Amino acid sequence: MHIAIIGNGISGVTAARYLRKKTNDRITLISSESDHFFSRTALMYIYMGHMKYEHTKPYEDWFWEKNKLGLIRNEVISIDFENKKLKFKNSESLSYDKLILATGSKPNKFGWKGQNLNGVQGLYSYQDLEKLEEITPKIKTGVIVGGGLIGIELAEMLKSRGKNVIFLVRENSFWDNILPEAESKMINNHIKKHHIDLRLNTEFEEIIDDGNGNVKEIKIKNGEILPCEFVGLTVGVSPNIEFLKNTKLDTDIGILVDKYFQTNITDVFAIGDCVQHREPPAGRRNLEQIWYTGKIMGQTIAEILTGNKTSYNPGNFFNSAKFLDIEYQTYGQVPANPPENINSIFWKHQIEDKLVRINFEITSLKVTGVNTFGIRMRHDVWDKWLSEELTINQVLNSLTRANFDPEFFKKHETEIVEELRSQIS
Amino acid sequence: MKKTGIIFLLISITIWILSLFLNQFKLTSEILHEVVKKEHYSLLEPELQNIRDKNFNEVFSFSTEIKSAVSRINNKLESEGKYNEKIFDNYELSLSKASGIGAVSKYPLLFFLLIFGLLITGSFLFILPERKNLPGIKNDGIFHHPATSVQWIGIILGTLLICFYILLYFFPHFITNWILIMDPLSKLMNGNPASQWFLYGFLYTIAVLVMGVRMWIKYRHSKYQLFRTCSVMFFQLTFAFLIPELLTKLNLPSADLKNMWPLDYSFFFDYRIDQKIQAGTLGIFMFVWGIILFTVGVPIMTYFFGKRWYCSWVCGCGGLAETLGDPFRQLSSKKLKAWEIERYLIHFVLVIAVVMTAGVIYTYLSGNSTIMGFLDTGTLRYYYGFAIGSIFSGVVGTGFYPLMGNRVWCRFGCPLAAYMGLIQRFKSRFRITTNGGQCISCGNCSTYCEQGIDVRWYAQRGQDIVRASCVGCGVCSSVCPRGVLNLENLSPATRKI
Repeated sequence: MHIAIIGNGISGVTAARYLRKKTNDRITLISSESDHFFSRTALMYIYMGHMKYEHTKPYEDWFWEKNKLGLIRNEVISIDFENKKLKFKNSESLSYDKLILATGSKPNKFGWKGQNLNGVQGLYSYQDLEKLEEITPKIKTGVIVGGGLIGIELAEMLKSRGKNVIFLVRENSFWDNILPEAESKMINNHIKKHHIDLRLNTEFEEIIDDGNGNVKEIKIKNGEILPCEFVGLTVGVSPNIEFLKNTKLDTDIGILVDKYFQTNITDVFAIGDCVQHREPPAGRRNLEQIWYTGKIMGQTIAEILTGNKTSYNPGNFFNSAKFLDIEYQTYGQVPANPPENINSIFWKHQIEDKLVRINFEITSLKVTGVNTFGIRMRHDVWDKWLSEELTINQVLNSLTRANFDPEFFKKHETEIVEELRSQIS
Repeated sequence: MKKTGIIFLLISITIWILSLFLNQFKLTSEILHEVVKKEHYSLLEPELQNIRDKNFNEVFSFSTEIKSAVSRINNKLESEGKYNEKIFDNYELSLSKASGIGAVSKYPLLFFLLIFGLLITGSFLFILPERKNLPGIKNDGIFHHPATSVQWIGIILGTLLICFYILLYFFPHFITNWILIMDPLSKLMNGNPASQWFLYGFLYTIAVLVMGVRMWIKYRHSKYQLFRTCSVMFFQLTFAFLIPELLTKLNLPSADLKNMWPLDYSFFFDYRIDQKIQAGTLGIFMFVWGIILFTVGVPIMTYFFGKRWYCSWVCGCGGLAETLGDPFRQLSSKKLKAWEIERYLIHFVLVIAVVMTAGVIYTYLSGNSTIMGFLDTGTLRYYYGFAIGSIFSGVVGTGFYPLMGNRVWCRFGCPLAAYMGLIQRFKSRFRITTNGGQCISCGNCSTYCEQGIDVRWYAQRGQDIVRASCVGCGVCSSVCPRGVLNLENLSPATRKI
């Protein structure tokens, strides 16, 4: 049997690796982006000079042949689902018995004027990084549009190369659809401390060219014109499924799958960023573009295709990020605005950028989630607490057990617990 | 400010290198009388006739004349079968030092203050502005900079370091002027004129201290890094530098009490044992202390804390690697092949160190110079000192910092690291834990592991990292953007490997 996987990102590669552990079937990984798997999350570090491209590859180049994982560097332009055949850009083709679509995301563009000019781009693929590197010597000022995770990363990247950065955020505060007010405000201040010109409540109207197809300036809605040589569009990503639209494959925003990653076509599966769950697991969105969910989907599809029909179960929600110098971890559900039955209490350090927020149900006192900034916490401990539905008092009593900060770091648990207790009563 | 710092550094290094040429030498019969041992005088005096009272403008031809005179004498003695009369003293250095009559010999203190004043001031001017950055990991531009990514500055630095080590170990007479410059400080500290080892100890110590301050600034957000850096700076300054000099001044056997066998490979050499025995109670204490350290201290401490208690908190080689070497930590190879070579090489050195030492002790106790009739322990000891002690740990170990990373010796060669590594791997509470599923496989941890451990390989699988070579510097944990890695001491049964 031949299993073809389109996409060599974390989902596709995890699927391939776990399939290889269980079967001797022929496995082929297809990518138009790179010869070998690299860690997309590290693109920013290549640009900032923390790493070179080769450091971002989690497996050495000999790994694939040794594990008999076929690699094809080519772009699939269409799929003949009837005859189970992939058609490539160079008019070659490849037959498969089972197909896994793991085509990932692409940066959103919403039809703005000037969005396709030179010097206007998102940051998702290796090619995006190459484009950015090429234009970098010309950049004096870069404007970032969109206050999310990639936006702040792109701002940090440009700053590391000595550029002026103007950061346009449509909302009242950075990432405030996800972060509660206190957290979001703390990040706002931190962004400013890094001399990034953060403009909240600011939307742009159009990107204006210099007559030669290059960006010259960006006009914001109050009429102000900001001269710049670069515009970063970081207003989220969406499934990269352009070549699958208007085919037999059932798609909406993403490729529609059931909890076994089955699409509407037999022997065709989809995993990772490109997926839209018909029935997402409890507490999960139907589109969820996170590194570890891609990994779990890859592991799960390998189980399914080797006869162990397990459903997608990503477990309790968790995530992490780093906002310039501030590390952030979250476990469970901590929405920006807590629903009525949830009490949301937090402690913030007087001076430093450290903050811990815990949410719990008002009636049952059951803890539902935690945000932690500047203090590392243990995933397994929080996961257990959430699964066992510990109460806020039980959690506060043993909060030190969750601390994952390095040795000798100042422990704040006493003041955290004291502060949070006072907020409960 | 940074630019001024670089200018100061360049001026300092230029003067320092020029000082090698800024001296004249003249050998007089008084000097010959004063420096040369009585039993060698009659041998050397006629051979040095041709350079007596002659002015030399540089040390190279002058000291080479002396060196060839000594080897002529030795060849002659050898052909006459008088092996016991051969000259092993480094007269090319001691006579050169005594014969200096030029600027460096007249004003050593001036040169000392000028060179090291500029060097230290320049370094601080370069380092201190980093305080303006907000605390946090700042590795921006490391792989773009020609010094830290094996480009032209790195290659020049590496070449200079390698040349320095070759001169220091094999041609110290060529750096006579540098040693002369150290005389005032050496006399102040231990009462004697400087040797090449005093020069080396001094340079080593200021490198650790100055670059230690750089570490304080770079990692000021991490208490672990701050404490660890303070520790290596303290041990280098006191145990490795001040205490041995003080002991010399008090006419006691000089010893670095934190150094231990088998890293300190000459610990069981006859002259060192004799020296300690002659020194009475303190000497005996030092001998026993040295043995207890590696027989009892190492297993206990390594069981509880991993080898980091020594390698990245106490050791001198580690101290230099963690301070002077920190800018180059990302250059270690993470290839699986490198790990294979590492395992063979480091354990091979350990075996050789044990065999060599066993041979030396056997000879010391029995008086037989060969074991099993063919292995000459003196030869073994000589080649170990040459190949491992000088070439591997010095020339390669430090000279290759800017080319292969800052732990080449510790990773591939150090027999003590190999010994502690075995304990750490098989019987220790130490491990690096990974935080559940938070790893995003970015590779910062692996890139900045000075020991070339592919930390990510374990982290992305949620496995603990239990590796013989990990020196517990904690930088993987510091650079991780997602708070995934942590150095912990827990019951060995709870390892997730």
